[in-house]
Amino acid sequence: MKIAVPVKFVPDLVEELTIDPSGAALDTSWLRLIINEFDDHAVEQAILLKERGGGQVTVMMTESDGADDFLFTAAAKGADQLVKLTGDFSSINNHALAHVYADLLKELQPDLVLTGVQAHNDIDGAVGPLLAELLGLPYVGYVAGLTVQGDKAVVRKEYSGGLVAEIEVKLPAVLGIQAAEQPPRYVAYSKIRQVMGTAKIEERPVAGLDLSGGTAVSRLFQPEAAERATMLEGGADEVADRLVAIFKEIGTL
Amino acid sequence: MSQDIFVVIEHLRGEVAEISYVMLAGARQLSQSSGGNVTAILLGHNAQGLTGNLAADKALYVDHAALAEFTSDAYITALAGPIREHAPRAVIFGHSSIGMDIASGLSAKLGLPIVASCRSFTAEGKFVSQICGGKIMAEGDLPGPTALVTMVPGGYKAEQGQSAQPPAVTTVPAPTLEGLRVALKQYIEPDTSDVDITKEAMLVSVGRGIQNKDNIGLANELAEALGCAVSASRPVVDQGWMPTTRLIGKSGKRVKPKIYLALGISGAPEHVEGMADSNVIIAINTDQNAPIFTVAKYGATIDMFDLLPVLTEKVKQAK
Amino acid sequence: MPIRETFWNIPHWAEITQYVLALLTAIVFLYGILRHVLRWRKGKPEKRFDRLGGRLWSFIVQVFGQRRTLDEAYPGIMHFTIFWGMLVLAIGTALATVDWDVTHLFFGFQFLTGWVYIIFELTLDILGLLVIVGLGMAIYRRYASRPARLQNFPAKALARDDAYVLIMLTLITISGYLTEGLRLAVTQPEWAVWSPIGNVIAAAFLSIGDPTNQALHLVIWAFHILTAFGVLAFLPFTKLFHIFSVPLNIFFRSMKPAGALPAANMEGGMGVKEWKQFTWKQLLDFDSCTRCGRCQDVCPAYASAQILSPRNMMIKLDAHLWDKNGHSLHGEVIAADELWACTTCRACVQVCPAFIDHISTFVDMRRHLVDQGRMDKMLQDALANVGRYGNSFGQSDRMRAKWTQGIQPPVPDARREPVEYLWFVGDYASYNATLTEITRMTAAVFQKAGLNFGILYDGERNSGNDVRRVGEEGLFEMLAEKNSQVLSKVQFQTIVTTDPHTYNTLKNEYKWDGNRPNILHYAELLDQLICAGRLKFSKKLGYKVTYHDPCYLGRYNDVYDAPRRVIEATGCQVIEMPRCRERAFCCGAGGGRIWMEEKDIKERPSESRIREAVNLEGVNTFVVACPKDATMYRDAVKTTGNESRLAVKDLIELVHAAL
Repeated sequence: MKIAVPVKFVPDLVEELTIDPSGAALDTSWLRLIINEFDDHAVEQAILLKERGGGQVTVMMTESDGADDFLFTAAAKGADQLVKLTGDFSSINNHALAHVYADLLKELQPDLVLTGVQAHNDIDGAVGPLLAELLGLPYVGYVAGLTVQGDKAVVRKEYSGGLVAEIEVKLPAVLGIQAAEQPPRYVAYSKIRQVMGTAKIEERPVAGLDLSGGTAVSRLFQPEAAERATMLEGGADEVADRLVAIFKEIGTL
Repeated sequence: MSQDIFVVIEHLRGEVAEISYVMLAGARQLSQSSGGNVTAILLGHNAQGLTGNLAADKALYVDHAALAEFTSDAYITALAGPIREHAPRAVIFGHSSIGMDIASGLSAKLGLPIVASCRSFTAEGKFVSQICGGKIMAEGDLPGPTALVTMVPGGYKAEQGQSAQPPAVTTVPAPTLEGLRVALKQYIEPDTSDVDITKEAMLVSVGRGIQNKDNIGLANELAEALGCAVSASRPVVDQGWMPTTRLIGKSGKRVKPKIYLALGISGAPEHVEGMADSNVIIAINTDQNAPIFTVAKYGATIDMFDLLPVLTEKVKQAK
Repeated sequence: MPIRETFWNIPHWAEITQYVLALLTAIVFLYGILRHVLRWRKGKPEKRFDRLGGRLWSFIVQVFGQRRTLDEAYPGIMHFTIFWGMLVLAIGTALATVDWDVTHLFFGFQFLTGWVYIIFELTLDILGLLVIVGLGMAIYRRYASRPARLQNFPAKALARDDAYVLIMLTLITISGYLTEGLRLAVTQPEWAVWSPIGNVIAAAFLSIGDPTNQALHLVIWAFHILTAFGVLAFLPFTKLFHIFSVPLNIFFRSMKPAGALPAANMEGGMGVKEWKQFTWKQLLDFDSCTRCGRCQDVCPAYASAQILSPRNMMIKLDAHLWDKNGHSLHGEVIAADELWACTTCRACVQVCPAFIDHISTFVDMRRHLVDQGRMDKMLQDALANVGRYGNSFGQSDRMRAKWTQGIQPPVPDARREPVEYLWFVGDYASYNATLTEITRMTAAVFQKAGLNFGILYDGERNSGNDVRRVGEEGLFEMLAEKNSQVLSKVQFQTIVTTDPHTYNTLKNEYKWDGNRPNILHYAELLDQLICAGRLKFSKKLGYKVTYHDPCYLGRYNDVYDAPRRVIEATGCQVIEMPRCRERAFCCGAGGGRIWMEEKDIKERPSESRIREAVNLEGVNTFVVACPKDATMYRDAVKTTGNESRLAVKDLIELVHAAL
């Protein structure tokens, strides 16, 4: 079975986010990128499927700082093929990204495409369902675990309230991974270093991007101070006293 | 081409999902600037009754056996027709396990623009989306001609999307739904053996800041003194420190207690979704920049490990 | 002239039989020894022939002086008497053999005659008594007082081995005395008084008379010979083998600094997956364990949850070397939980009379688990954070020096200007919000002392001490490389660290290419400043305090007195806890434990420590010199309900208050 995992990097929320002078974009000079956590789960799920039933896992992403490290890490986990798309991706949106991936996937003909259900900077929809439609494949998102049976996959789709639906999808299909069956594994640095010597990253140049499907943002801002909580100051004693008073006032005490 | 706002009603197992009312509330505001009507679209099988309390001007109902339960395949096919035909100003979906499965697909299929994670609309009809884990808001003009929108909770109260006046329902014939590739096999019920945290008047909720399983004991002691239950955010449940029955958020329970005391919870949108409707949210978090402080009514940046023993003692004394 | 007639009363056939038996004994014995040696040789190579003089000296002190064994009075004296008694008896027997089978046989003379013989008899008689006393103490200890550390390993074979050794040694000694007594009873030489014990026994047999005594003598002599040869022949197959393995283990012990962990095996994956990947010295370690349990008594992991007993680990590892059933080392023999429970506090290594290095073995096995990605989620996150952000808190590296905000004059950036002291602040002191105050106080004290110091700001990364002990060798190397790179561009004379863990790895594990700078822990620096008169106090605090030795400052680096001198300089009196200095009890945070989940715990090590301190009369302050200790013990005073009785203070808080 061929499993393809298209992933993307997103701004690392650990770093303080600042808005550039135009007011409509994040200040990239302070930006540091990290793998979209749901995509990381998608990679893990792909490796788990491979370990269980065999197959070939291809991880693909666009060129950026840290892309090689991420791809090598994926290889150390068990990915077989690493693809790095090269070109200018500075203004990319999810629609354009989906088109780029779709072209690649038409060639690759995978049985299963796993991708993160969403990313925190999605503004023009999620990559997975866009890709599914472009490829003419079915899509199921919010997936937390699956088994492959012949030309079908039985997936566990999460709904709010803890309800889970068992859904049967005909393959090939695109799945939006919410959580892998186990948290993404840790890879020792020595292993990654080893893989760097043996694994190869295929570079695929991308000529032009079709940015027409994106959504324009005119202003970015941080949630306003007016929306912020009334802060209780002081040490444990004072805060506890205030809280007890609030509990009494609202009547839970 | 119309100025109407469509709302794709989400429902599961005979119940309208709460996000649907939030979407209706948003649609009502948006319709004021667009000058159109709010139309609810309901897909289902023998589900017409669900339109009863929707705050919409009218409702379109599509009935088909294949629409009895949500599947992306059937929904996309069934929705493409009406959207193409009516060309409304916007179609609103939930930024949820249902809406997200279909909105982007429809965007690609119909060549329509999409706005994700929309929290509210401005009076001028602009969208305001919540991105980067709630740390950044993105505002922009609603793209045309028809904007597909996925909405997160938090911008509107569910009550604003409810009405005692049922909308007029028009039944729309279903398209042929054949060759579907996605099918529901069964639902797996959530575990009900544990306390039902949705019924508690107060919750002491713990997040990543609790650090380890042992420390949950401190939260338990406080909850015991208060006579309420302990709930948790995703990282705590993922670690296996609390059962999934106590999980609050997008993939967990949605609660609205009188008081929600959040201990060491950063306030990612996925969590906030499950507790935003609580009467009073109190957040304790050492990171003063944590997004939780934008939804909380009261906050403190004190170390919860300093606070908890003192607070538990004071609660016991106060009783 | 006093002399003993060798083989008195022994028929010729018995004498011949004895020599045949001796030959057989030697064959079995040598086979047994060879078996062990061949097993050790299956391990990986390791060089242990450096500093021969030091090795020889420690061999003499520890083997013949029984120095470490005597650290504990009862078992120490018990072992000392048996050791010296048996040693002298063995030498005596050897002399007698030489006397008869060499000098007499080949050269026609005997040296055990006259006054030499008298001294010989007297010495052996008395030392035999010493053995009896020691064996009595051992029997009482094992079967009457039954200390927990000797009891809890559920292997019946080991209990048989323990009993066998005690019974056989007792039988050999007693039968020896009886043989001597019977001989004296029959021959009644005039020098019999020089064998006081034998003489007493002879008196008891006098009433029986010959020829019964003569017959009895032959029977008991035969018994004595059989037991002695039996014990000797099978010695390599019993616990008694430790009389060979332990001295070897002491001779080959590491002569490197205690804080320098050996590098990881990288063949066939990182760390040790199966026992042949251990070094020969580690295999010798396992073979040297005498199951005395001293390590278990001082182990914080054992005290808190009984998941890990260093003693049981050694027993299991040793058994595994001989196991033919193909059990896997990881999982079947040693559980991952046991390995993760170790805080690497080094208390076990410090007390082991056989000089076993438990920690290098545990870390080697942890390395394999890390290689396989098998660890709890919290640890995974911590390592991922250290790898990505350079700190375990998962915060931006740009926030590392946030604590300096508002300090006037600003703390210099050592990357921009030359400084005398480069302060390596460390993760906890930099990022932990509850420690900011202490860190700022440290800066204030440095400024008041007029110190020319600076920090690396976001150029500093986790030093990797604990990352290494967790078993993530690759990450440690990366951290060390990056820190070294930054340091190589900075002009400074001395590094000062807040964290003893950082101190340890910078001092003992970073590669300085022969140019290691002066590295100080802040307690040492304060001590120097006070001695040089650069730091003067205006107040005498007058507290009664106790001081907790951080493992990586005390046991690992022998810094015990500097912090105590600083405390006293602030006008405080140090009252020691029962477990202090080399025997200080770990807080439970080391070896990466602070990043791991706590499993079901009876009593946290930190809580046990606080209870120990609370029991000290009049002590109201618990002084620490490690940021991790500060957080661990602040929590522990709360969880044990001792907040009102004991204040946890960092050393710098005392200094600051006394200025």
